[in-house]
Amino acid sequence: MGDRVFETCNYLALTLLMVVTLYPFLNTLAVSLNDAQDSIRGGIYLWPRKWTLENYRFVFEEASVLNATLISVLRTVIGTVLTVFGSAMVAYTISRPEYVLRKFVTIAFVLTLYVNGGLIPNYLLIRELHLIGTFWVYILPGLIGAFNLIIIRSFIENLPDNILEASKIDGAGDFRTFFHIVLPLCTPVLATVSLFTGVWQWNSWFDVFLYNSSYEHLSTLQYELQKILSFSQASIQRVDFNAAAAQGGIGQVTPYAIRATMTIVASVPIIMVYPFLQRYFVQGMMIGGVKE
Amino acid sequence: MEHPLLANQTSVTSVGTKPKGIKRFFRLLWKQRALVLMSVPFVIWLFIFRYVPLWGWIIAFQDYQLGKELWDQEWVGFKQFEALFNEPRFWRALRNTIVMSFINLVLGFTTAITLALLLNELRHLLFKRVVQTISYLPHFISWVVAAGIIQVTLSPDGIVNELLLRLGLIKDELLFLGIGEWFWGIYGASIVWKDVGWNAIIYLAAIAMIDPALYEAAEMDGASRFRKMWHVTLPGMRPVIVVLLILNIGYLMESGFEPQFLLGNGMNMRYSENIDIFVLKYGIQLFNFSLAVAAGMFRTVVSVILLVAANSIARRLNETRLY
Repeated sequence: MGDRVFETCNYLALTLLMVVTLYPFLNTLAVSLNDAQDSIRGGIYLWPRKWTLENYRFVFEEASVLNATLISVLRTVIGTVLTVFGSAMVAYTISRPEYVLRKFVTIAFVLTLYVNGGLIPNYLLIRELHLIGTFWVYILPGLIGAFNLIIIRSFIENLPDNILEASKIDGAGDFRTFFHIVLPLCTPVLATVSLFTGVWQWNSWFDVFLYNSSYEHLSTLQYELQKILSFSQASIQRVDFNAAAAQGGIGQVTPYAIRATMTIVASVPIIMVYPFLQRYFVQGMMIGGVKE
Repeated sequence: MEHPLLANQTSVTSVGTKPKGIKRFFRLLWKQRALVLMSVPFVIWLFIFRYVPLWGWIIAFQDYQLGKELWDQEWVGFKQFEALFNEPRFWRALRNTIVMSFINLVLGFTTAITLALLLNELRHLLFKRVVQTISYLPHFISWVVAAGIIQVTLSPDGIVNELLLRLGLIKDELLFLGIGEWFWGIYGASIVWKDVGWNAIIYLAAIAMIDPALYEAAEMDGASRFRKMWHVTLPGMRPVIVVLLILNIGYLMESGFEPQFLLGNGMNMRYSENIDIFVLKYGIQLFNFSLAVAAGMFRTVVSVILLVAANSIARRLNETRLY
């Protein structure tokens, strides 16, 4: 009897959790697909009342949004490739017991888990290096993280020893061993690291805000969205969008509809990708959790 | 290791062939030049981007003016720290940081553990998978998107106000983000919404490692479902809970930055402004670099002490309890 009640309550509670998690997304999606003027009347929940793609067309006709999409994609792809490649390479060297600098390199990286200069010194460094106003400010400062390094290293250390030994005996140098043996064998852990790095790169906005806010051509989708949010939060209407809307001609969009549409545009790649990578990230977390 | 005699023998022979000290080190380095090439460029990167900024801390002991070189600045000793500790806004930021960390800690743990327990009781595996997949989703979206969604949900014509109105619990729409006192609650709800599914993963893994024989034994003793949860599942999770709890205490000074910054506004500033935002406002917006660095430095120092303490306690417990 008590069991039955518990079972029912459990299913109810977890269903409620799903509703609370999903509803805001579905609602935003519905608003983005609904006629902007019609949305002002309210009452849009899970399904658009007056279907239209006008909001999306409007958003993507803005040159700034198109460019921001491009920059977001570029930083995600370039940043992820360089981070994964660099982390794997360093992780390989500190997994070699014979390497004389092994301890030094490991400690130098691990210490950064504890101390960092903080916002202002980092800002001044980036300014000194003349990275402000460049694309590389998105890539260089976060290139290699100690945590990724540890995860990959422990994965390499858990590979069967004789594979690496055999390659050594065959006369392969460290570069060959790394590229032809270690990299292919590390696919699962590298997939995990790629996923996290990719998501992190795609979602970043603070570096844009801090370093490149006056360089329109280097803006990203997340930062464009953040600007829209902070403007509407202060109940100032976003000037360029409104001016464009006031000119008529192009549909009747509203800041509310634009915000919903931009929210969807900024999160859709992640929503589409993450369920397929679930296997990898749960696995990756286990590796990190067990070893650390 | 080898037999002591053998080990001795090898060391005797090696004296003749291998030079000692610095020379040997460089010879090894040359032999391992591939490994050096693969790691040293990144170590140089590390020093520039992670260690050079530590020099910036000396700004806290100066009266930093833009446009002058770091070494030409005026030295003022501990004046900036004095100013900082006399600044009520700093103490408010410190209070907000610690309170929100506690909220994060307590709510984060209890909700994730509860979710793991509930998921574990599900017999319907497809349903379990669907719930899990959906519950991870908010973890992966950016805080910008999350903040946008939260703003819409809590807005005067958002769903929360509409539900409360329909249920007759309120008479007029509430401006949730405009009521400072409610910010901590909104913050708590937001982080739970975003991360509860994600945080539950580690506990589910801990549950999966519990010996099934314990459940069978409890079953034979006639234990009900609740008793099994209470006497088998929860104790089985205890080591993980304890270690994570201690490690998280190390992050007490870091209550995060994004939710407070993105959901914060002039009306709730007294409750949303934490140390990170204080540093940003004084440093980047008011150009009072020295005071901002002093605040950041204070935070980092306390943080490191907490982290080292937490880690060593966790390690000690790890030895006695986990193994």
